[in-house]
Amino acid sequence: MVATEQAQQTVKEVSDAYKYGFVTDIESEKAPKGLNEDVIRFISAKKDEPAWLLGWRLKAYEKWLEMEEPTWAMVDYPEIDFQDIYYYAAPKSAEDGPKSLDEVDPELLRTYEKLGISLKEQEVLAGVAVDIVFDSVSVATTFRKKLKEAGIIFCSISEAAHDYPDMMKKYLGSVVPVTDNYYSALNSAVFTDGTFVYIPKGVRCPMELSTYFRINEANTGQFERTIIIADEGSYVSYLEGCTAPMRDENQLHAAVVELITHDDAEIKYSTVQNWYPGDKDGKGGIYNFVTKRGACRGKNSKISWTQVETGSAVTWKYPSCLLIGDNSVGEFYSVAITNNYQQADTGTKMIHIGKNTSSTIISKGISAGKSEATYRGLVKILAGAENARNFTQCDSLLIGDRCGAHTVPYIEVKNPSAQVEHEATTSKISDEQLFYCLQRGLEVEDAVALIVNGFCRDVMQQLPMEFAVEAQKLLGISLEGSVG
Amino acid sequence: MKEVLDKTTFKENVMLEIKNLHVVVEDKEILKGVNLTIKNGEVHAIMGPNGAGKSTLSYAICGKDGYEVTKGSVFYNGKDLLDMDPHERAGEGLFLGFQYPVEIPGVSNMNFLRTALNSQRRYQGEDEVSAVDFLKLIRARAKELDMDPEMLKRSVNVGFSGGEKKRNEMVQMAVLAPSMAILDETDSGLDIDALRIVADGINRLRGPDRAALIITHYQRLLDYVVPDFVHVLANGRIVKSGTKDLALQLEAKGYAGLGIAENAA
Repeated sequence: MVATEQAQQTVKEVSDAYKYGFVTDIESEKAPKGLNEDVIRFISAKKDEPAWLLGWRLKAYEKWLEMEEPTWAMVDYPEIDFQDIYYYAAPKSAEDGPKSLDEVDPELLRTYEKLGISLKEQEVLAGVAVDIVFDSVSVATTFRKKLKEAGIIFCSISEAAHDYPDMMKKYLGSVVPVTDNYYSALNSAVFTDGTFVYIPKGVRCPMELSTYFRINEANTGQFERTIIIADEGSYVSYLEGCTAPMRDENQLHAAVVELITHDDAEIKYSTVQNWYPGDKDGKGGIYNFVTKRGACRGKNSKISWTQVETGSAVTWKYPSCLLIGDNSVGEFYSVAITNNYQQADTGTKMIHIGKNTSSTIISKGISAGKSEATYRGLVKILAGAENARNFTQCDSLLIGDRCGAHTVPYIEVKNPSAQVEHEATTSKISDEQLFYCLQRGLEVEDAVALIVNGFCRDVMQQLPMEFAVEAQKLLGISLEGSVG
Repeated sequence: MKEVLDKTTFKENVMLEIKNLHVVVEDKEILKGVNLTIKNGEVHAIMGPNGAGKSTLSYAICGKDGYEVTKGSVFYNGKDLLDMDPHERAGEGLFLGFQYPVEIPGVSNMNFLRTALNSQRRYQGEDEVSAVDFLKLIRARAKELDMDPEMLKRSVNVGFSGGEKKRNEMVQMAVLAPSMAILDETDSGLDIDALRIVADGINRLRGPDRAALIITHYQRLLDYVVPDFVHVLANGRIVKSGTKDLALQLEAKGYAGLGIAENAA
């Protein structure tokens, strides 16, 4: 990933130019390195935020200062110097990017090609300056119109702060409190990008909502903040991320996602995460410390998380459900692949609060190279949760003999009527399986991809169709070179 | 073949030519100089006591990891097989029917076979088959071999009985239509009905441009697939060759009765 490193270097050089004589200059495109109240004021001013939001951020910052970085996850990385990070950089202008695909790392292009991504999209993903009107802009426009007709709000979090302050005040931090954890506090202080979605009562969102449609407007945020609200009887399916590796200069990512479902509402949230995992020797790569949580506030409501995690050097992520409403349902389907020196500590929390609540957890971890993958999950049945049910299945697949897979399930049951099931398996891709495939004519990499896709099938089936096809190819690409 | 063939033409008819093959597995020499020539259209059977090296021979021909050829050569249609990766050998038309077909959870039989067929076609420089054409092909083959079409949707060999697994091997073989089939104790543990199906699978692929090497413990299968030649492998070498009669003699008298020591290795 030469391009990424070069880009990082460029950003550093450009940004370092600002390190002298910085005052709260809102004309500037970048905040200086480090975090202090001035930087937060700068961000808030840049976003032209209302005073209450600045106050909220500053309070979060105060709390963050008192907190300590968590160390309980089974991941190992050098200490992060939070004063050595840029917390605000305006979306890169077209001139900064490569001028054409010829200037983009061929390795990246090869991956795009394998994923079957069109040339136009490749240009956008690689950050090439595109000065012609390309298809997805017009698609996005039609798309917006259609959503508006249905009364659906789908905008950036900054727009929402302006245009829908009441809802923002009501829901921001309502599922993931500022002080929930170290990174949620950090995110609350400095978030700069993200998405706000509101689905009105009784509306079934007519299309899959995707950040992908906003890709040409801004780079992926380093500290994203997403809020999705499904009002009574509504439904939405939201796709986050992209199967293609994104050009990204930020090493630390700490997003917060909050989902809220009211009575009889359903949110299906699918993620494909493929950020730069670092090179074969474990150099570079993104740290992904994410807090994702959904609250099934209404009765008969449902939240379903599906994630395919193949990127990042270090992942720390537990999409969770608070099952508050009676008969509410929480689901977590996860595929996490680690290769080379990647580390992932991921899982979910299902907190059963209401009566007759049920949850399903299907986790598939695949470790290759010298990577370490941990499933960490909590199923908690509170005393008032009559007839709660949970089914958990954690399967780990090892490729080679230098990687690790760990399963750490926590189960707390305070109501005797609960039914909690946990199944776990660990297996290896055997030489026999591989040889069987090779003997039928498959090349090694295709054979590994086929076996791994089979292993993940239960989860892949949960993905929306267009995502699933790309995600399948992605699994193969992520494991390239892991055998033989 | 009425006319007398000169040496070159004779060579051209040779499909598989194994010369002085030595194979080492985990530091132990299992094959100690195997010679075997199989010509177009022929069916050969290899019999032999346990531990004689029968499975090792099939794995070595197909290129399984850990089966190290230390001496000798294997040529297939004039090409040096030992120079090729396992998937290339498959692409050249070699098929191995496994003694214990493995399970691949989550991968449907259909998807597996289509991926395999298309991989081979790519190797041979041909276009991939379309989903529709493939469906027609596999359904026809499954029907011929009396396989329930529902089995095609199930994961490869997962939860299949012994007989179903072997039948599945035959369906795969019928779809891939190899020029050379090596069947490694495909008949072991089968009841008579399953045995007939396996035999039927092999017989369907008999033809002037194809050949088969049947590795078996019992002569039972050879009642249904009559071989042109029978060889006895013992202690890492072929110690006796003959026709179908040799298999019958073996059954009547046992290896010892023919002067072949069991478990000589």
